[in-house]
Amino acid sequence: MPDYFNLDALLTDEERLVQQTVKEFVDREVIPIIEHHARDGTFPLHLVKPMADLGLFGITLPQEYGCAGLNNVCYGLAMQELERGDSGIRSFASVQSSLVMYPIYTYGSEDHRRKWLPRLASGDAIGCFGLTEPDYGSNPGGMVTNAKKTDGGFLLNGAKMWITNGTLADIAVVWAKLDGVVRGFLVEKGMKGFSAPEMKGKHSLRASVTSELVFQDVELPEENVLPGIEGLKGPLSCLTQARYGISWGVIGSAMACYDSSLNYAQSRIQFDRPIAGFQLTQEKLVYMLTEITKAQFLCWRLAHLKDEGTMLPQQVSLAKRNNCEIALNIARMSREIHGANGILDEYPIMRHSANLESVKTYEGTHEMHTLILGQDITGIQAFT
Amino acid sequence: MNVLVCISQVPDTTTKITVSPDGKSMNPQGVKFILNPYDEFAIEEGLRIREKFGGTVTTLTVGGESAKEILRTALAMGSDTAAIIKDEERQDSYIVASSIADVARSISPDVILFGRQSIDFDSFAVPSMVAELLGWPNISMVSSLTIEDHSVTAERDIEGGKETIEATLPCVIAAQKGLNDPRYPKLPDIMKAKSKTISEHPKSSAVRRVNVLDMKLPDTKRLNKIFGESDQELDEVVRLLHEEAKII
Repeated sequence: MPDYFNLDALLTDEERLVQQTVKEFVDREVIPIIEHHARDGTFPLHLVKPMADLGLFGITLPQEYGCAGLNNVCYGLAMQELERGDSGIRSFASVQSSLVMYPIYTYGSEDHRRKWLPRLASGDAIGCFGLTEPDYGSNPGGMVTNAKKTDGGFLLNGAKMWITNGTLADIAVVWAKLDGVVRGFLVEKGMKGFSAPEMKGKHSLRASVTSELVFQDVELPEENVLPGIEGLKGPLSCLTQARYGISWGVIGSAMACYDSSLNYAQSRIQFDRPIAGFQLTQEKLVYMLTEITKAQFLCWRLAHLKDEGTMLPQQVSLAKRNNCEIALNIARMSREIHGANGILDEYPIMRHSANLESVKTYEGTHEMHTLILGQDITGIQAFT
Repeated sequence: MNVLVCISQVPDTTTKITVSPDGKSMNPQGVKFILNPYDEFAIEEGLRIREKFGGTVTTLTVGGESAKEILRTALAMGSDTAAIIKDEERQDSYIVASSIADVARSISPDVILFGRQSIDFDSFAVPSMVAELLGWPNISMVSSLTIEDHSVTAERDIEGGKETIEATLPCVIAAQKGLNDPRYPKLPDIMKAKSKTISEHPKSSAVRRVNVLDMKLPDTKRLNKIFGESDQELDEVVRLLHEEAKII
């Protein structure tokens, strides 16, 4: 694994140990089985419990709720190692941690925390996050899913789309408008009128479950609303958490592609010499290593800003935007180095490349992050 | 039952090794260090012995400040306490073994576990030296271990087969791959290990018995051999992979 500027020396003992532990877990448990799942279009559900036992869900949340209580460098390194295995596995952990446990911890009542966090940390419950709708992706404020106040609760109607873990989930954090204001609701599996059919036909994130969430007159008890937040900043703050994890995660995909490329280039002989000896191949390998190294330091600094409490969402946009783009470029370049072999699932390249097409788009498209940064530096918004 | 597990820090197997300008030592610059892989089996076995019989597991290493990292790993895996014999210099096996024996005398464990070898300098010497210094039995290359009352039955790997050995406690065991499947340290335990203290012990006053004269990297030139397809030649390939290359 590339560490050209010895970032390792900047890590603390426990940060290194977290990385080493998750790396070994991914090498032993994920990489040997993941191609098979990607081919069959199935999520390796048997990994949820071992991942939970390791402490991969809600890594930064306090130990009193069954979580690890580690810092954001540890969280980032864990995401990087998981995604070195597969973006779908990292997505599972991202959703569980950043999009479900984070809002319950940050905006939920103490009862919500006590009821859900230990179960989500131990993998006894799986969560999902419902924000995007069929007609509202980059523009979530236009959502049509809505809740109406009833005697003793709420009546929820609407539909969500592109929801990771939806079909598997025991608990959905669903964002819906109540009297025109976005609020967070906890919708539990089995509630009457709630269904979560899986979306099929994906060429990307094949080892991950993506679903629709359908709410037809779902009756929610009064206590199932998150009391601590109103407005779009609720879901957006969750996305900042998840985007942070993605910024680290995609470095893992890029590393996997780089490692495979370097290895292949050194052993593949054409014109009586390894293709690593040709200038055009070296240029590709150098691009990969350079961009991975830059991305590592971007994330390391971002982690420290996050731990200090000074991290800005725009900084996360910059990291997510940059790292997804370079990871996808690296995956495509890697395919070129591998030649025809690059399309076979004997190598991880095509799987990472196809996954990264989604990762570049989800949690804020490349274009939206460009506009967020554009607005921040010019003071002029160009969204509409 | 009290267990002492002795572990060491070694260069990561994927690290590029270079020799220092003195021509006698490894250049530590840019080298990533890890827990010696065979020591993971020793730690795991120590934890299993404690889980079965009760008692405590103490993990010990000899090394510089940076070696504390592997003790944190052992603590995160479940070791009760950790100790370091502080020494920034690389010593010979005799000083290392004497230092470990001193600590062992002070804490009187029932079993001392090691990995079968440290994968850096491959001396295979410390476990047997410690046993000898303490006057205890020593069993090397252990791939299966049973402890009952005060007797120990161990299966050990020998060339092309297995051997079963019996000894009595206290004793020294060197773990071979296959002894167990080491657990992963859990992330919350990594956090908890951070706050545990690591006790420090002085190194032994024993005097060095061997000195390194020269160190060099192996010649990396490949010696290609081309074989035909007959059964006889395939047998020869298998034999060479086993006996010369030692990879099967």
